[in-house]
Amino acid sequence: MCTTIAGKCPASGSAKGPTGWFSLDQIYVGYDHPVHAPLDHALSLDFVNEATGPGARVGVELTRESARALATRILETLDEAERYEAGG
Amino acid sequence: MATTDGYEGMIAETTVVTGHGGDLIHAYLARPTGSGPYPGVLLFHHLPGWDEFYRETTRRFAHHGYLAISPDLYCREGHGDPDDVAARVRAEGGVPDDQVVGDAQGCLDLLRALPTSSGKVAVFGTCSGARHAYLAACRIGNVDAVIDCWGGRIVTDDHTDKQPVAPVEYTADLPAPVLGLFGNDDGSPSPADVDVLEAALVDHGKPYEFHRYDGAGHGFFYYDRPSAYRAGAAVDGWEKVWDFLARTIG
Repeated sequence: MCTTIAGKCPASGSAKGPTGWFSLDQIYVGYDHPVHAPLDHALSLDFVNEATGPGARVGVELTRESARALATRILETLDEAERYEAGG
Repeated sequence: MATTDGYEGMIAETTVVTGHGGDLIHAYLARPTGSGPYPGVLLFHHLPGWDEFYRETTRRFAHHGYLAISPDLYCREGHGDPDDVAARVRAEGGVPDDQVVGDAQGCLDLLRALPTSSGKVAVFGTCSGARHAYLAACRIGNVDAVIDCWGGRIVTDDHTDKQPVAPVEYTADLPAPVLGLFGNDDGSPSPADVDVLEAALVDHGKPYEFHRYDGAGHGFFYYDRPSAYRAGAAVDGWEKVWDFLARTIG
């Protein structure tokens, strides 16, 4: 690790990996050297089920700009979803 | 290096080594089939895990006449694709330095116990693996050469419970010459970080040689990463590795 920027977010939901759908229990969020993205550093998201094992993972590596755009879009979508659920 | 008229053979396989705390961990061991004696090289893998690059690099050292071993430093975190395991380790903040040092001690003991060993051993690493190489050399002591390829966080003010001391702080205990290979476009270690490490080596009177490459960033040996690989720097860097090892461990 060349940064110490990493953490976990408990999660409920599902993700689809190479072997099919699985239940999530954590999402890892970090910023370090990517494995695949052609970047010096990348924002990494790993949707995992720790109890199942390392293979229960959907990994994503994003530029900082893409990650911020995603975070903004998620929050906008959640605002809209909450209005929908409130009947408004 | 083998010549066209000479016999060459190699055994390369996964084995088990006794690591930190008496844990049995996997390691990839590649060794020439001759009677030796051969010097040894302990390879510390990088953040993406115990992957194909490290297996190939381990075999490369054996091809050049070294007993080479690369332990799976993430072995305790489960098994699967190396990057899946590495993702878990990254989220946990890496592996503890004490654990890495214990695993390294087990590998050094194994290398030196091989009947074809000359007794001389170097440590090698890239990225976080270079940090581990420098750390292990300083804390274990009984090492004959150190190869630091763009080691990140050897110089840092960012300490964690698992990595409580920046390896540069151990420089007084460094037991062997250091070869450092760095890209001038790297952010971790930055050229300024490399300057700090070099100053520490000078201050403590430690033998070293650093080679800094323009137009190269982090990971310029990684031929499987087109954005990082720099053929010219990689070819020259490997030549520096072979020359350094010939002069230090034979």
